[in-house]
Amino acid sequence: MEAFTTHTGIGVPLRRSNVDTDQIIPAVYLKRITRTGFEDGLFSAWRNDPEFVLNREPYNRGSILIPGPDFGTGSSREHAVWALQNYGFKVVIGTRFGDIFRSNSGKAGLLVAVVEPDVVDALWESVENDPENQLRVDLESRTITVGDTTYPFEIDEHTRHRLLNGLDDISSTLQHAGDIDAFELTRPDFKPKTLPVRTAD
Amino acid sequence: MGKTLAEKVWDAHVVRTAEGEPDLLYIDLHLVHEVTSPQAFEGLRLNGRPVRRPDLTLATEDHNTPTLNIDRPIADPVSRIQVDTLRKNAADFGVRIHSLGDRDQGVVHIIGPQLGVTQPGMTIVCGDSHTSTHGAFGAIAFGIGTSEVEHVLATQTLPQHKPKMMAVNINGELPEGVTAKDAVLTLIAQVGTGGGQGYIVEYRGTTIESLSMEGRMTICNMSIEWGAKAGMMAPDQKTFDYLKGRPHAPEGEEWDAAVEYWSTLVSDDDAHFDVEVDLDATQMTPFVTWGTNPAHGVPLGGVVPAPSDFSSDVEQATAARALEYMALTPGTPMRDITVDTVFLGSCTNGRIEDLRLAASVIEGKHIADTLRMLVVPGSARVRLQAEIEGLDKVFLDAGAEWRAAGCSMCLGMNPDQLKPGERAASTSNRNFEGRQGKGGRTHLVSPAVAAATALTGHLSAPADLIGA
Repeated sequence: MEAFTTHTGIGVPLRRSNVDTDQIIPAVYLKRITRTGFEDGLFSAWRNDPEFVLNREPYNRGSILIPGPDFGTGSSREHAVWALQNYGFKVVIGTRFGDIFRSNSGKAGLLVAVVEPDVVDALWESVENDPENQLRVDLESRTITVGDTTYPFEIDEHTRHRLLNGLDDISSTLQHAGDIDAFELTRPDFKPKTLPVRTAD
Repeated sequence: MGKTLAEKVWDAHVVRTAEGEPDLLYIDLHLVHEVTSPQAFEGLRLNGRPVRRPDLTLATEDHNTPTLNIDRPIADPVSRIQVDTLRKNAADFGVRIHSLGDRDQGVVHIIGPQLGVTQPGMTIVCGDSHTSTHGAFGAIAFGIGTSEVEHVLATQTLPQHKPKMMAVNINGELPEGVTAKDAVLTLIAQVGTGGGQGYIVEYRGTTIESLSMEGRMTICNMSIEWGAKAGMMAPDQKTFDYLKGRPHAPEGEEWDAAVEYWSTLVSDDDAHFDVEVDLDATQMTPFVTWGTNPAHGVPLGGVVPAPSDFSSDVEQATAARALEYMALTPGTPMRDITVDTVFLGSCTNGRIEDLRLAASVIEGKHIADTLRMLVVPGSARVRLQAEIEGLDKVFLDAGAEWRAAGCSMCLGMNPDQLKPGERAASTSNRNFEGRQGKGGRTHLVSPAVAAATALTGHLSAPADLIGA
């Protein structure tokens, strides 16, 4: 995973709440077996609407999404994160997120910055009044700066550490393979195994 | 201080704990399907890693698979590649797979309990948010993304922060005609789509105790629809009876040891819950959704709400947009809403009990000629069992379509989709915009309401049919 320290870009106001992962990318777009090429499915139901924010200059060049509350609820599809990244988003700023979406973002390297509701309101106002006034997101100091104003954001310390250092979770865990081996020796015998195959007939 | 059920199961799976880091949690069962796994297997290949525990892993094909002509190659070439990719990955990595046409194929959350690999006290994950279903057995079960799928394949563990604890207490007898689905829709309308964020929820109370395992699974299934990390219920005699004799249930002395352990899986009297929610089942009625998220629900006897009924600006805007999308006018009685399609199936309501309930309503009658009804059993075995009981004939004689098992119209990834503007009464779990097909409109309902609606053509409960 690529390390994340700071990012500066155009903020995209998405004034909608409960944008679930089916709206971020519908199921029919999930059939690829790669991690790339999902940008075409991003917000697909809205992309034909000329008024949709991503169809307007300069938001179509945006890289920091600012949605309403409960963004990324619903399905566990990591494709929602990939679609945002494939389009060019590096950061999502909001008040509340679906748990699995937030977790997937942390694994895939998309920064999810949690802020207070008044910060979202202020950022919406700023990027709507002056879209070219870019936002600067600093993960080290956990701040978002636009013009002369700086706002704090929250992110759990473990995810922050991993993003700052571009750490791969699996490699980290495999450093503790001995602990996993030891744990497996303590598992009760009655725990089910899927092999050998047993069926009802 | 005592522990909650969730804390007991959690603590029994901590491989490693360190200051400032999430717990490293051992995973007892990893369920895999074709949509969220290809990139994970590819990641293993790129890094030269094996699947650590193929014997704790189980794959099936469900999301993409057609429910017609399943003996032929999948017509959609992109879907076919995805399914073929899973078959190849399963073969290459030694993972058990139940493919289309196999008697144990089906929706991943239906086949786990059916095979008896879902048991109390386990940790169960799957790249699918409805993994919470398995919590009905007293397991911690939750959905994960593809990066985490790869992590579990490689290590059989997941780093996880311990969630907070919530109790949902549902007490009293459900009135006649009111089901587990109505109870969970009522709950979600009360707490909102984000009400459970950050919590493992334990559903408790006399209502839960009196539910069948199928009903319990329906409630746990929809935990994610109000944002919970997982939903679970304490195992009891019903749980043990359900499991006894299933292919992967323990036998002999192991069964006795298992039951002894499972019987300890209850929240202690002095366990601490961060939040408690109380519901009175005796006041519940058939419940249906009007809008575009599962919290947009009202009693079937109610009316379509107005945006002004909501408190915040954002909620009002969401409601206004939902009304526009659903083409509904505030004040319209829910019973006046006519539908084009009835979908009976999914991991929420695709089990044998759901089919029996719907068939009992439909038996000897014919569906309205203004609509189509799709009956999609949750698994190949549910389909077989229904056919043994003659339920297929009940549905076919009524004019419904009897399909093969899979996720089908729940998410519209296979050809079973709504057309733009079509309206469905659906026993599935999500009424999101476009969920069942681009431009499709979904009302979430119980199997009983689905069946009655199929007969009348408009949202109805079985009680409405009396004298009709």
